[in-house]
Amino acid sequence: MTEYLLLRHRDIPAIDQLAVYRENGGFAAFEKALKQLQPGDVLTAVKASGLRGRGGAGFPTGTKWSFLPETIWPHYVVANADESEPGTFKDREILERNPFQFLEGLMLACFAVQARVGYVYLRGEFWPLTQKLNRCILELEQAGLLGDHVLGTDVSLRIYTHLGAGAYICGEETALLESIEGKLGQPRLRPPFPAVSGLFARPTVINNVETLTNVPLIIARGADWFRTLGTEDSPGVKIFSLSGCVNHPGNYELPFGTTFRTLIEQYGGGTPDGRAIKAIMPAGASSTILVADAQTLDTPMDYKSVAAIGGQLGSASVIVVDDSVNMADLVNQTVHFFKHESCGKCTPCREGTYWMAHITARLAGDQPDAQDAALLGSVARQMQNKCLCALGEFSTMAVVSALEKFPQDFGIS
Amino acid sequence: MAKQISLTIDNQVITAPEGMLIVDAAKQAGVNIPVFCYHPKMEPVGMCRMCLVDVGRVQVDRATGQVVFDAEGRPKIGFGPKLETACTTPVAEGMVVVTDSEKVKAARKDVLEFLLTSHPLDCPVCDKGGECPLQNLTLAHGPGESRFLYADKQHLNKRVPLGELIFLDRERCIQCGRCTRFQHDVVDDPVIGFYQRGRALEIVTLSEPGFDSIFSGNTTDICPVGALTTADFRFGARPWELKSAASICNHCPVGCNLTFDVRREAAANGRTVIKRVMPRQNEQVNEIWICDRGRFGHHYTESPARLTRPLVRRNDELVAATWDEALALAAAALKDAPPLLLAGGRLSNEALFNLRQLTEARAGQARLYTPMSGGAVAIQAGLSAGSNLGELGKGDAILVVASDLHEEAPLWWLRLKQAAGRGAGLIVLAARPTRLDKFARFVIRYAPGGEQAALAGLLAGEGEAAAAFAAARNAVVFYGSDGLDLVGSEQLAWLCAELLAKTGHLGRPNNGLVPVWPRANDQGAVELGYSPAENLPAALRSAGLVWIAGADPAGDDPELAAALDGAGFVIVQELFLTETARRADIVFPVQAVTEQEGSFTSGERRVQRFYPATAPLGEARPDYAVAAGLGQRLGLALADQSAAQVFDQLAQIVPAFQGLTFPALAEAGPQWPEIGRADLYYGGTSYDNHQGLGAHLAAPAVPLRLPEMKPTPAAAAAGEWTALPVTRLYDQGALLAHSELLRGRLAPAAVWMHPATADQRGLAPGQMVEVLLSGRKVTRQVCLDADLPQGLLIALR
Repeated sequence: MTEYLLLRHRDIPAIDQLAVYRENGGFAAFEKALKQLQPGDVLTAVKASGLRGRGGAGFPTGTKWSFLPETIWPHYVVANADESEPGTFKDREILERNPFQFLEGLMLACFAVQARVGYVYLRGEFWPLTQKLNRCILELEQAGLLGDHVLGTDVSLRIYTHLGAGAYICGEETALLESIEGKLGQPRLRPPFPAVSGLFARPTVINNVETLTNVPLIIARGADWFRTLGTEDSPGVKIFSLSGCVNHPGNYELPFGTTFRTLIEQYGGGTPDGRAIKAIMPAGASSTILVADAQTLDTPMDYKSVAAIGGQLGSASVIVVDDSVNMADLVNQTVHFFKHESCGKCTPCREGTYWMAHITARLAGDQPDAQDAALLGSVARQMQNKCLCALGEFSTMAVVSALEKFPQDFGIS
Repeated sequence: MAKQISLTIDNQVITAPEGMLIVDAAKQAGVNIPVFCYHPKMEPVGMCRMCLVDVGRVQVDRATGQVVFDAEGRPKIGFGPKLETACTTPVAEGMVVVTDSEKVKAARKDVLEFLLTSHPLDCPVCDKGGECPLQNLTLAHGPGESRFLYADKQHLNKRVPLGELIFLDRERCIQCGRCTRFQHDVVDDPVIGFYQRGRALEIVTLSEPGFDSIFSGNTTDICPVGALTTADFRFGARPWELKSAASICNHCPVGCNLTFDVRREAAANGRTVIKRVMPRQNEQVNEIWICDRGRFGHHYTESPARLTRPLVRRNDELVAATWDEALALAAAALKDAPPLLLAGGRLSNEALFNLRQLTEARAGQARLYTPMSGGAVAIQAGLSAGSNLGELGKGDAILVVASDLHEEAPLWWLRLKQAAGRGAGLIVLAARPTRLDKFARFVIRYAPGGEQAALAGLLAGEGEAAAAFAAARNAVVFYGSDGLDLVGSEQLAWLCAELLAKTGHLGRPNNGLVPVWPRANDQGAVELGYSPAENLPAALRSAGLVWIAGADPAGDDPELAAALDGAGFVIVQELFLTETARRADIVFPVQAVTEQEGSFTSGERRVQRFYPATAPLGEARPDYAVAAGLGQRLGLALADQSAAQVFDQLAQIVPAFQGLTFPALAEAGPQWPEIGRADLYYGGTSYDNHQGLGAHLAAPAVPLRLPEMKPTPAAAAAGEWTALPVTRLYDQGALLAHSELLRGRLAPAAVWMHPATADQRGLAPGQMVEVLLSGRKVTRQVCLDADLPQGLLIALR
């Protein structure tokens, strides 16, 4: 890697200062869009770049933007900075160290969908970061980059931060919207989709922080340039949050298509004491657990290739599990997380996570009941396809895959 | 009307309006899809996941947009990989819904098993046991036993008072959100809400006092488990021990349909007592709701203070007597002097009819005891037969003048709020802010005494509101007596009628005038020929014989008490030994509405029947029988065997009632949504209606003749220390005084004013101050209300 694109502060440490960011080409893309391009041009460029959402689902960003009806106004753009998935810590680094690139991306998204207001929804624990972001926004207003008559044009644009109150569910985009509206953070029914009826029942785009941070690059350097990075299916670079049983955990900005093995061994420095890698969770606690055989380790990390081996790349928070870990313990951890974070709106998730947590606690403890392993699988499958939102379904992923792939860890021979 | 489409549900081809939810379409076709969170009166949320069904849709080729057909030429149906919630999915042409497959049955079982993991299974001591959707649906669809270890059960507080009226059992709550959605969306009292998340999610009150809503009791009806119970019924009885009697609420002019649930109790010396009051469905009146006054305000009927024997005055003291003695004495008095009959609007049509018949036979005068007038106008211009407020919507207009409906007639408030939600243009004319303003398209504020001028503006076609009213397809006017006296309210009624006549809004269904009377049957009294006395004190003082039924003028007003002291012989028919009864020469104990049969005429001119729920207390008789007993002794044959017999005579004599019979009033037809005992899971524990939807009175054949309007009286009422008389739901009246439960909610004997007004007059909250109220001086405590216009003083009548 010759140059950092998203974690630019690693090349230019003071890039969190507006002047430094601008000296290094910052806001040129935004100014270009504002003065030379039409909103549709920005949308077309993002579509052509093949940029996919970095929050987990990998939905094409340009397509998402194009869903907003031109008949209902105003439009809103919301940046999802509720980074709460266990094992995911990439947005935090962007926000802490390279905030202006993210804000420029958000402003470009607002321009593209003709929104005059953008929101940044941050998880509650990010309150010091929110203060920093608020200062950045103030600086942008003082510099004429936000406010009325942005850069002397007729465009009016404002950005507000909104702090969550400590709920994982508020990372789910419709629960996030409820939370901004001042309501209890619980997911909404779909349809209607946020693109038609989102924030304050108006058309709304919700994008992940990392996704938006890519946008200034696409506008500045072009979609074709962007497509030279990564793979055909997953263009660009990705910040992989590496954690678990590795010597050098951390964020690694690498092109899509880098293999698990390269990430773990070359960048992560392998496992402590060189233990064997037992399993990989490529998408944090929500992952289907992958057996870390040679095929898995050599799988390129892009949406298509990981799906092909039965996993999901998600937000690319790669948790490495070595052979010192008992899967019953690991599943007990993930299930307790989901039990703690279940919003309680729908029955299967509320009751299922509560029930599973009782069972996994026994399985991870000393006195599991003979039926417990079978019961755990049954309860997890009983939840599947019945939950109101994806998070309920996520809570079963690790359970079902661990039981299937590591039965011996649950006392099943 | 929405376009009709056809679809298949369990191999049955049905038609339904496009956009209807699967759960409702299935219900109409007789297919019950189990639900907990869904309720047909609320927007769906799809939370409980109980209604999962298999949904197949007509397959369309993505490239061509054409329907794909199978080998036999039928449209190909594609089923998704997941089951879908029937409560959130609208029907579509050609859709195939399967509710009885193994997959669906398994899903129901799964969801029930989940719900029961957290449930305390305390059905044997639960108020809901026997009429519980969770219990019923578990028996129908659930697993026989749970795989959840009982020791893992979460234990939570089982007695959480959300207020003094409603208790929450946290263990039983299944977090369906019906109660919170009802409070937020249906009645606009967002005073309860969810707190915390996951299994810790709980219902909490957000108001002070707790659960501060006049509609709170309804949440216990729609709660699909025993989580919410009323303080009145909590641990009071098991539902299957109860006998039900249909009734009509007698607390306001709406005429909500009720069910009294009763049980014979050792604790009540073997008497049958009222255990709870429940709504009874009448989609044209109260739908499936009632207010808390109607639900909790029944305790007066069982008060130990009730009169149980006739009393006669001997040696200046009221002493018990036999009915024969008392009737003979009263008949003798009636023989000597023509009576001034003063009847209250809480009497039944039958009582009012017999009382009037005898009064007229004795050449007396039949007067209605009321602070409001205009009933004669409502006879001519009242809401037309066939009207249903539930049909008002886009293109229609509703005008509310001088009435605080939320306090005076809560269900009308709710019905108008809903009409506004459907697009009806609501116009509110009032001297002060009310809870209806929020839903109004136009709010017109007048200074006290300015209501006629404000209406004259509408009549003259001034402004947008006037134009909207004139252009409306249908228009209904509600007028009340907020801040008005007899003359003021009568003139208001005429002006309202003139507005309706002038804009062509009379004589058609969903058009006409609705008086917001203070009592349940004031309109009935007017229909039966009663009118208010213009100068009641003078009339009382000069009367040789005063005959008072269902009214307590002496208790209401010291001037009337003094006047009554000056009257000749006084006969009183009463439930209690009121200030008026204390001044009587003869007091007849009468039956409460719960003990007798009869009918009321609502402000909408709808005649509805009520039925006896409990045995009469002591020797109490129905009011109509007292009149008949006197008639018998005076040679006037009045029906005395049954209310039905009285009603038959009434219907022969009073033109508006012609053709009506008790059997006709008892007719009930299918209503939507279907609710009731077989459909507890769907509509809640409100009762379905088998005892009659009532009937509208006919309009008179004579066209409306508008009188020459008297000039507007000078705003004599607008003196500096004059308070406007207003009505509050929880008043200090005789009926509520006996309901312990509502005691904390009773409005104080206060005069309310804006803080700035109090400042200007050097008054502090809590201070006693003398004000002029309806022409008399009263001493009231100063209370502040920042919502009131400055300078305005209001006080309870």
